[in-house]
Amino acid sequence: MLFIRHFERFSERAYRQGKAGGYLHVYIGMEALAVGWLTQIRQGYDYVITAYRDHAHALLLGSDPVACMAEIMGRRGGLSRGKGGSMHLYDIPKGFFGGWGIVGGHTPLGAGLAFASKYRGEDRVTLNFLGDGAANAGVFFESLNMAALYDVPCIFIIENNEFAMGTRLEYHAADTELHKRGYPFGMKHERLDGMDLLQVRQDAKRIIDWVRENQKPYLVEIMTYRFVGHGAADNDQTLYRTKDEVESARQRDPIALLMDYLTSNNLMTREKIEAIDAETEAEAERVYEEADASPHPDPSEVYDDVYSDMTPEVGH
Amino acid sequence: MSTIEMTYRDAVRQTMVEEMDANPDVFLMGEDIGRYRGTFRVTEGLYDKYGVEKNDFIVPGIARRVVDTPIVEPGIVGFAIGAAMVGLRPIVEMMTMSFSILALDQIINHAAKIHYMTAGQAKVPLVVRGPGGAANQLSAQHSHSMEGWYAHVPGLKVVAPATPACAKGLLRTAIRDDNPVIFTENPGLYGIKGDVPEDREFSIPFGKARIARQGTDLSLIAYSRMVHVCLAAAEQLAERGISAEVVDVRSLLPLDTETIFASVAKTHRAVVVYEDWKNGGYGAEIAARIAEECFDDLDAPVGRVGGLNVPMPYSRVLELECIPNADDVLAAVNKIA
Ligand SMILES: Cc1ncc(C[n+]2csc(CCOP(=O)(O)OP(=O)(O)O)c2C)c(N)n1
Ligand SMILES: [Mg+2]
Repeated sequence: MLFIRHFERFSERAYRQGKAGGYLHVYIGMEALAVGWLTQIRQGYDYVITAYRDHAHALLLGSDPVACMAEIMGRRGGLSRGKGGSMHLYDIPKGFFGGWGIVGGHTPLGAGLAFASKYRGEDRVTLNFLGDGAANAGVFFESLNMAALYDVPCIFIIENNEFAMGTRLEYHAADTELHKRGYPFGMKHERLDGMDLLQVRQDAKRIIDWVRENQKPYLVEIMTYRFVGHGAADNDQTLYRTKDEVESARQRDPIALLMDYLTSNNLMTREKIEAIDAETEAEAERVYEEADASPHPDPSEVYDDVYSDMTPEVGH
Repeated sequence: MSTIEMTYRDAVRQTMVEEMDANPDVFLMGEDIGRYRGTFRVTEGLYDKYGVEKNDFIVPGIARRVVDTPIVEPGIVGFAIGAAMVGLRPIVEMMTMSFSILALDQIINHAAKIHYMTAGQAKVPLVVRGPGGAANQLSAQHSHSMEGWYAHVPGLKVVAPATPACAKGLLRTAIRDDNPVIFTENPGLYGIKGDVPEDREFSIPFGKARIARQGTDLSLIAYSRMVHVCLAAAEQLAERGISAEVVDVRSLLPLDTETIFASVAKTHRAVVVYEDWKNGGYGAEIAARIAEECFDDLDAPVGRVGGLNVPMPYSRVLELECIPNADDVLAAVNKIA
């Protein structure tokens, strides 16, 4: 968790320093959610797919942090050799299927991944992450229906951080209990906390085991909060929330909650935690520097990989 | 006509305000356009001006004339079409035109066909507007130029203004038009300034191109941001003693072939420039029309400059390769000069 937070701070720095461009969305405040769930799957075997807020997911699945940061900087050493950027991280050998920019657009892809594993008689589980805003998309409802119709082992995980960009949950969803959207499809569904890592891990294990065992879809809505702007370009949060609100959400900072647990149960000393904090920060900085040393792609690479077997017509 | 200098963004906003003030049937729908003021701040201030509750984060409810929507482009456009069929005049903001891809079915298979299928019983006075084209490293899913796709569709009208004054004049026409209109802006144009007529009735009819720069030796034909790229190229050509005329098409459907053909008849050479993928983009249509109708006037084949035929890459180095620039225009000119 600490490494992810530091990594994200350096992602923001990359944007501020003009080393990253476009849209960049960090996971600060939401770490326990991805950490809790992605540590409970069979990594490299189970499938994971998410939207554009994807750095943490890639890191947790074991993608090389330097390759992640290099991708964020659009460098040749990046996971997609600079073609994707922050929103489009993919590491398919590690079971990570991205990294998607169209809100809701990837949710049927996740159901399709799960369909394929069922089709082949494998016992893989697919974690299909989406935002609260994405939970309104028509294609999400289509995905739920099909997932339930074909009983595919897909867990739809709504990362409910209470905002879709500058729009508060109450303003975008007629019923704000998003987990209920599983009900019309006969899908098991529940709303869970996403801040207390130990609880998140327990819930994740229980549900992943159930889905693997029963080969049926599941919908979970996990309550979390983003402590920072929607994206690096979101420069006026006062338009949609107050400082007090953010401050009170920070009372349940997932990292602080875990630290309190560790220290109050004498599992780790403050000093030890501080040492880990410093170490992971130094590690994130090293990653940043190393990524920054990666060269930009050569202009000739622009035509690579449009097709698997041919080059498009070249030139302006 | 007295004018005032303003940005493209302000010209778009001011036109919406004037038309909302003039006609209670005009209203806005879109994602983050109200309380959040629009991602490109085009709708800044409109939520407060037309809203029912100010600066209220907590209580749900929509402002009647500035409607914040969920992220559901097909739903938004379909809603707007329904409202338009019974006489309201919705303006839908697409956060970027790339997201209008989700609403293609509503736009192409519904909006564009309703007047025809009902034999004129229903009209769809709808405007879908928003930024199209590449910006700065928005990568493959957020950088589309959509105007060529829409200009393929009978039943739609499509405009792509390049200046604040054109934005103002064409948007007014779009809002007052009884047909569905696609109004394409461009992220790179919002900040540019220009003189805009103050007259609240100032409008520009569809189907009228504009000569953005007079010239005699060749015609550069473009729309939206590429007009500015052509103007920069024309400046460089002037230094070499070549006088380039720049035709700002600005209305794709209907297309003002008269102005385009007249320019070609004068200069005898033409290069069509567009940001969209070169293969099958709208510039190909314009080039084909010139080839078809101006054969005797032409001293050289019609030149064409388009975006590279690849999904837009994220890396700035690669992205700059893809988007046509003045050098690419000059290279095309050299081929036919
Ligand atoms: C179809 C589509 N419409 C609009 C956008 C612009 N957009 C990007 S993120 C976003 C908000 C999504 O919110 P949510 O699903 O809650 O995810 P979060 O960012 O909170 O993780 C919007 C409107 C988009 N990417 N795709
Ligand atoms: Mg959200």
